[in-house]
Amino acid sequence: MSKLTIATRSQTLLLRHLQVFFYSLGQLSRHPLSLFMTAAVIGIALALPTGLHVLLQNAQQISGRWDGSAQISLFLKKSVTDRQARNLARQLRQRDEIARVSYISREQALKEFQQQSGFGDALKALKKNPLPSVLIIQPTLAHSKPEQTALLLGQLRRDIRVDVAQLDMQWLKRLYAIMDIIRRGVLVLAGLLALAVLLVVGNTIRLAIQNRRNEIVVMKLIGGTDAFIRRPFLYTGFWYGFFGAILAFIMVYTALLLLNGPVEKLAMLYHNRFELSRLDLGTALVLLVSGVMLGLVGSWLAVGRHLRDIEPG
Amino acid sequence: MIRFSHACKRYPGGYDALNQVNFHIPRGQMAFLTGHSGAGKSTLLKLIALLERASRGQVFVNGRNLAKISRKRIPFFRRNIGIIFQDHQLLFDRTVFDNVALPLIIAGLPQRDIGKRVRAALDKVSLLKKEKVYPITLSGGEQQRVGIARAVVNKPPLLLADEPTGNLDPELSREVMHIFEDFSQVGVTVLVASHDLDLISQLPYRRLSLKDGRLIADTDPSTQALAG
Repeated sequence: MSKLTIATRSQTLLLRHLQVFFYSLGQLSRHPLSLFMTAAVIGIALALPTGLHVLLQNAQQISGRWDGSAQISLFLKKSVTDRQARNLARQLRQRDEIARVSYISREQALKEFQQQSGFGDALKALKKNPLPSVLIIQPTLAHSKPEQTALLLGQLRRDIRVDVAQLDMQWLKRLYAIMDIIRRGVLVLAGLLALAVLLVVGNTIRLAIQNRRNEIVVMKLIGGTDAFIRRPFLYTGFWYGFFGAILAFIMVYTALLLLNGPVEKLAMLYHNRFELSRLDLGTALVLLVSGVMLGLVGSWLAVGRHLRDIEPG
Repeated sequence: MIRFSHACKRYPGGYDALNQVNFHIPRGQMAFLTGHSGAGKSTLLKLIALLERASRGQVFVNGRNLAKISRKRIPFFRRNIGIIFQDHQLLFDRTVFDNVALPLIIAGLPQRDIGKRVRAALDKVSLLKKEKVYPITLSGGEQQRVGIARAVVNKPPLLLADEPTGNLDPELSREVMHIFEDFSQVGVTVLVASHDLDLISQLPYRRLSLKDGRLIADTDPSTQALAG
């Protein structure tokens, strides 16, 4: 053996790896149903966290849009007349950093409040309209970073016609906090399901080892190293993980396709256009790599544990 | 080639399978190991192939003390021994060719050399025409010969056979023994465990007899003939 060059040896080793790689696939394809069932279990376990991750990405995208559309509400002093208020609105519209200004007069505000709050009768009892007129200001996209809106807010507060200027951001912060919790939850779920995949692969490989006990004994008798005997089982684990990831991809893809219609409808109700983003290449790649790695690690653990138990003699 | 020095094998539970066994088989010799079933023949072969380890005493193969061979090195050690079993231990989901090629694949032999070597081994056991069939379609004698071809394909310096003729009729048994003689003549050390005394007595080779785990007789017709 020592006469063989390193090149020949590594060439032979590569050939053997390729052979075992496809041999293990061939073995699996002889029982397509059991391959499918194992791969489907792995697929579902992988699809759950992947799907949640994609939905979370979408939620982030939407809230990202809201982030850019922080609104400033200007509650004007009651002494400000309707004309003065309209003047102020016109002035503000001319500023570069402001995209839109909508004016809600005191009367309009009262009418809306009466209609929507259910306190209509109580308000009628009041002699005077208690509501101020309001200007709702939408900064342009280019000027909607937090520090810029804060600067604008400061300037607006100094105007003598303005009673209270309010930047409505608190709910967005709460939303982010909730999303952080969900993200952490998805991570925990992914960890648990990864463990489940390890167990599924490990158990499947354990059964495969038991079925091929005789073969393992023969291999050991004629000088097969542990690495040699392990190899087909590792590649079997690889294929389980691989097919599991492919099935997970199909499941998530289909689920997003099914969700897209209703989501678009909902977005329309909010006078918005929104299309659910698909599984991106990076996520798909991570899915594939984690599937394959879990398959390999699962079978490695099973083989390591059970190979030693099988000894000829 | 094989040396036992006060070798003992006690199985868990206190059963002594081998007790104070001493002998030496030089390189290239052919020898038989006889005794009733349960006398320790299989255990003795297992100690040589490191399927078991001696409880006390020492076993040397090719000058190496087997006690010093770690678990990790056992596969490499076994590649120097061709082992033949009564039940053949063939893989039934592979062709005769693939069965015989297995030791070469395990040893990492380049693909281009494998065909040549496998066919040479099959030729020696007269099964060249059966390389593409599956072992299940072969007769018991043919399966045994496939097992022999697999044991010798890697050209090991030592051949061990455990009851190789156990399931064969007398004629096939003689045929198998002739194959072993051929290997012995080209310098391979051969140790055959068998209780087929009729067959063994016809052949002029050294005979080690075991009884209840002890070596009770060590006779060699060839040296006796020389001495006479």
